[in-house]
Amino acid sequence: MADTIAIEARDGAVPIAGRTPWQITKARIQRDKITMVALGAAIFFLILAALAPVLDVLGLIDPTSLNSNLVGGLGSLPIGPFGGVSPQHWMGVEPGTGRDIFSRVIAGLTVSLTVATLAVLLSVVLGTVIGIISGTAGGRVDWFFSRITDFVLSFPQTLMLIALSTIVIDILQVTLNTDRTIPSMVFMILVMGFFGWPYFARIIRGQVLSLKEREFVEAAQSLGANRRRIYFTELLPHLWAPILVYTTLIMPQNIATEAALGFLGVGIQAPTPSFGSILNDSVNYARADPAYFVFPGATLFLVVLSFNLLGDGLRDALDPKADRQ
Amino acid sequence: MFYYILRRLLSVVVMLFLITATTFVMFFAAPLDPAHYTCGKNCTPTILEGNRKALGFDQPVYVQYGKFVAGLFVGRDFPDNEQLRKDFPDQVVHCPAPCLGYSTTQHRPINSMVAEAWPISLSIAIGAFTIWMIIGVGGGIIAALNKGKWQDRTIVGAALVGFSLPTFFVGLTLLYFVAIQWGLVPIPNYVPFLENPWRWAQNLILPWITLALFFAASYVRLTRAYMIETMSEDYIRTARAKGATNRTVVFRHGLRAAMTPIVTAAGLDLGGLLGGAIITESVFSLHGLGYLAVHSVTNMDLPTIVAMVMIVSAFIVIANMLVDITYGLIDPRVTVG
Repeated sequence: MADTIAIEARDGAVPIAGRTPWQITKARIQRDKITMVALGAAIFFLILAALAPVLDVLGLIDPTSLNSNLVGGLGSLPIGPFGGVSPQHWMGVEPGTGRDIFSRVIAGLTVSLTVATLAVLLSVVLGTVIGIISGTAGGRVDWFFSRITDFVLSFPQTLMLIALSTIVIDILQVTLNTDRTIPSMVFMILVMGFFGWPYFARIIRGQVLSLKEREFVEAAQSLGANRRRIYFTELLPHLWAPILVYTTLIMPQNIATEAALGFLGVGIQAPTPSFGSILNDSVNYARADPAYFVFPGATLFLVVLSFNLLGDGLRDALDPKADRQ
Repeated sequence: MFYYILRRLLSVVVMLFLITATTFVMFFAAPLDPAHYTCGKNCTPTILEGNRKALGFDQPVYVQYGKFVAGLFVGRDFPDNEQLRKDFPDQVVHCPAPCLGYSTTQHRPINSMVAEAWPISLSIAIGAFTIWMIIGVGGGIIAALNKGKWQDRTIVGAALVGFSLPTFFVGLTLLYFVAIQWGLVPIPNYVPFLENPWRWAQNLILPWITLALFFAASYVRLTRAYMIETMSEDYIRTARAKGATNRTVVFRHGLRAAMTPIVTAAGLDLGGLLGGAIITESVFSLHGLGYLAVHSVTNMDLPTIVAMVMIVSAFIVIANMLVDITYGLIDPRVTVG
């Protein structure tokens, strides 16, 4: 972004450098240390999640090998303090199987973040398209979409996720003819994505309602632009700020929802590692081996916290009402 | 005002019909056999057909939905088959209006199951609500009045941590350390309020804290944001200038104006929670509405699933309506209609 507008200096006055919204936002984020740390952490987790399959192939993490020599005694509990923490096993080993928890958490990060990201994307696409159409069209179309939004928001989301899981995963499994891994991931993406779009649609609609009165829309209309051009070429570029902020804020919610449902035994289940499936398994050992629960739980907390902090920071940075310096 | 309320009531009824109809179609038209789940290990075709008839699963979906709706208004009798009722008059169960249906796993009307579970969910919701409103709104006010100072930073930081901690993680940690390891409170086991209020509170304190921590966090942020906005208004300066005490300025002038969004959020959250706190109830094994819902799903008790979805959405939709109506009462600038 080098399109700085310099106003020519006259009579020896200091030239004023105009700043684009991007530059203002960037400067604000760079001044906000906490948001910078959160941004770094979020990027780190995303890269780690993307690289986990590579790390697995390279042998740097090993989420599958059984280490029966590291567990023993009544109930095959990990040998050693804090659930068998050692230089080789940073978060200890699983009770029963002796698999490395650190490796499983990283492999689980891949699954959890993939599901959360794709679900957010689905919500964003549905919500933005419906919000733009609803906001620009007005009248009956707007009424219709607003009622659908209310309708979806009135459904108890967690309950529907739980209730639909068995049926939908079964159907997907039969249709795709695979094990439960892919169907359960697809289910989580579809349902979380579906219940997420009304939030986007409401915000986008509100923005569009004020945007469509602006001159550039009228100008485009008078030049004969068709609806699609007005929706996506004229309006969409003005909506990136709310889309970006709410994407970052819904992302941690999706990660937490997947984990919470996994804890209830719904959605992604063992042997596929994800925050949900790991925590669901660890609950069985909550009393005998609390470390198995604490390490993945703490990692989950850090991931959710970093995205929440980032979303908060972005919202403050993109808020036109915030103090400008 | 009267017509406004009437119109809102009508839309609540329409919404509930749509939600139950959708849920009904989703579950009863899905390619699975609801009768199959009623018939245990020793299932024979005769028992299967008998159950199917007794529960009315042999009829088309729209007939079943019609009977469900009729049951809500006038009640209904089970078994759902006239011939069976005639043949076994001693086994007929009457389910008075509003009849929610007949559970296929517990073999009794769903109303009695809900009647047992509801006080537990109500107790959890009320206690948690009280705690989070005090901590959340109080914390938000303190943070707003000290904007930018260390009090503000600490409260906002704590709120973000509370907001990011998964409910089940907090619940299980509290259960493990406070109840099991240190034995400070008993392991939660519901005691009715009227039986022993002290034991009631003692048993529910951990679920309350678990839920309140999550909700308080968002109320801190909400209250802080709106308090900062109102406290910078001109009329606050006027109030100070005319010599009003600090307390009057903060509560009578500031909080009053910031109240509307807080009441909205509080109404909606409480409404959602009255339908059962699924995660919290599961963590602490409290058999409230949330637990009942999860239990009905794991056992594929379709009539109970539909009833639970209806109850929970009813709470959400009604809370929504009440919040809209209350607007006019708390904010004199709003005229409804």
